[in-house]
Amino acid sequence: MSSGKKVPTTRRAPALDVDTLLDDPAMRVIVCCGAGGVGKTTTAAALGLRAAERGRRVVVLTIDPARRLAQSMGLVELDNTPRPVPGADLAGGGSLDAMMLDMKRTFDEVIEAHASPEKAAQILANPFYQALSSSFAGTQEYMAMEKLGQLRARVDADPDSWDLIVVDTPPSRSALDFLDAPQRLGSFLDGRLIRILSAPAKAGGRAYMRVVSVAVGGATGVLTKLLGGQVLRDVQTFVAALDTVFGGFRDRAERTYQLLQAEGTAFVVVAAPAPDALREASYFVERLADEDMPLAGLVLNRVTHARAEDLSAERAQAAAEDLDDADEHALTAGLLEVHADRMRRRDRERALTGRFTGAHPTVPMVEVPARAEDVHDLDGLREIAISLAKG
Amino acid sequence: MPNDQQREQAAGRADFAGVRLHVVTGKGGTGKTTVAAALALALAAGGRRTLLAEVEGRQGTAQLFDVPPLPYEERKIAVAPGGGDVFALSVEPKAALLEYLELFYHLGRAGKVLERTGAIDFATTIAPGLRDVLLTGKVYEAARRRGPAGPVYDAVVLDAPPTGRIGRFLNVNEEVVGLAKVGPIRNQAGSIMTLLRSVQTAVHLVTVLEEMPVQETQDAVAELRAAGLPIGGVVVNMVRDPYLPPETLSAARAGELDRGEVVAGLEAAGLGGRPGAPSAAGSARVALLADGLLTEAAEHAARVALEDAQRAELQVLRRPTYELPTLAGGIDLGALYDLAEQLTEQGMV
Repeated sequence: MSSGKKVPTTRRAPALDVDTLLDDPAMRVIVCCGAGGVGKTTTAAALGLRAAERGRRVVVLTIDPARRLAQSMGLVELDNTPRPVPGADLAGGGSLDAMMLDMKRTFDEVIEAHASPEKAAQILANPFYQALSSSFAGTQEYMAMEKLGQLRARVDADPDSWDLIVVDTPPSRSALDFLDAPQRLGSFLDGRLIRILSAPAKAGGRAYMRVVSVAVGGATGVLTKLLGGQVLRDVQTFVAALDTVFGGFRDRAERTYQLLQAEGTAFVVVAAPAPDALREASYFVERLADEDMPLAGLVLNRVTHARAEDLSAERAQAAAEDLDDADEHALTAGLLEVHADRMRRRDRERALTGRFTGAHPTVPMVEVPARAEDVHDLDGLREIAISLAKG
Repeated sequence: MPNDQQREQAAGRADFAGVRLHVVTGKGGTGKTTVAAALALALAAGGRRTLLAEVEGRQGTAQLFDVPPLPYEERKIAVAPGGGDVFALSVEPKAALLEYLELFYHLGRAGKVLERTGAIDFATTIAPGLRDVLLTGKVYEAARRRGPAGPVYDAVVLDAPPTGRIGRFLNVNEEVVGLAKVGPIRNQAGSIMTLLRSVQTAVHLVTVLEEMPVQETQDAVAELRAAGLPIGGVVVNMVRDPYLPPETLSAARAGELDRGEVVAGLEAAGLGGRPGAPSAAGSARVALLADGLLTEAAEHAARVALEDAQRAELQVLRRPTYELPTLAGGIDLGALYDLAEQLTEQGMV
């Protein structure tokens, strides 16, 4: 993949100053994003804990936390209710709440808030809606952004509730899905398909059909052929019922998108020193710039550190082989091999990170050292937070 | 390192000899794309033909094989050991839908009508469940495709979505069956589910020896079992060399390694300066180095112990398990062939 042999290890990214970010009273929303498996949720939780222990009133919105991480924050169920995280040191006047997103519940709430009770009941009972809202993949992105919008509205309306929201983004197929979701929803709702689907089920549908003419008739015919009449009727009922809700939906999606661009929001891109994760991070950084979304910097998790930096991998390996050849000092030879392996790992990570920094020299970065164990408790989170702050 | 059970498997026929559709999933960051590629290479060995399909539009396959981004077209990307071809395909939902409409309904023009109305966009972006229907549909088609001399592909390897989404992804056609009581879509969905649940399919799980990926592997196995989907093997990726014998590892964990011996060894290796010519600077350097190495050894031993515990967790699943090493130089084409060979040696293929 690399074109040259030179390893750009010397380039240093500017440091990401996490405490300044967390202490900024104007900062209201921090969004953690990045590829799957890089420690996004852990980073979000650690940032939330650190902010709370520095006096912020924080709510952490997690999407799909690992069980033990969830337990470490006192989260036991998906219930959409922010609950206090036990064990945080709140001497500085801060507070820490956390919640797990209940996707279906969030969707239901949006429907209930925007439709008449009768219509809401009709929508909630529709089989197409039930499949879309609970079992089909992908609605997480919409609902995560919806929930963020709700939390932000609550923060604005009630300054005593929280003053900082830390959001973990869904484990999407692409890290960008959640960014695109609100806009995509907006453009879909303006689209012709919605009108076509809703037309036949509406009163006056026939008149509408005459106006829109053959193309629409053709499309409905094709859809009937594809889906079968019963499915199409379900879809039509569903879309017609949702119709009244859609205006509110679109406004909200647009507002959430604007919220992400607004001052008081910062994106933290999370990565690990691996090719895929850094590639995704690069892509994300570029995309955020295109969308005018404010990037705070990159958190690089799971970085390998050596404890005997001065001894290179090559030298350690050669020394180990010399000892092996002489058939003596097997213990030292073994330790030198362990060291050589670690240095090789570190060098490779640095080369990968250097490539990222080369392409994005202005993106501030902070490294979090690799740990042997996952985070199980608040102490573990606190250690991560300290690494984040120290850089 | 293969255990006895694995050697026995290798001695007999391959564990998944009758399987035509290999679905490879794993938590993000575990290297499922790499394992899928190595598996496709291994399955093609000896003059066979395999298709490596990716469905997340990430072009992971192209990057791995160092070729330009794959179009929506099956392309030969590698030759397997002993002759044999690996083809690759990046399944793109929109193209898959238009192809599907043409194939099943001969909807050349009507497909265009749908595109104008936004129906295609709707199907492929707004309704992600429908996207999964299309992606699985295309893979199904490739797995079942026949030429004049029998099946076009001896095996199809699907680089599938990660463990967190795999159950839904594979089961999406069950949803369709539930929604569409009759009609062609229902029939197609039913056929796909039949293949996915048959002995011709195996869902392999890629993991690394860390807590979260192992936990997710266990969760995914439970989910797949509940959905009646056939679970294949567990591929443990990026296994580290323990380097030290077990007794040294436990001493390292306990902080009981012989520091004097380490210092003597470093001096003998010439790392404190020329042997036989002691200097204060050399001794100080060796002392510092010894401390560093002892700390690294303790951390390494803790890590190995954790990996052993995770390995034990995986054994509870009672699935054939294969181990692939960490490759210090990263993954290139040569490394893929090495990994493919290891999968073959361990009896997966």
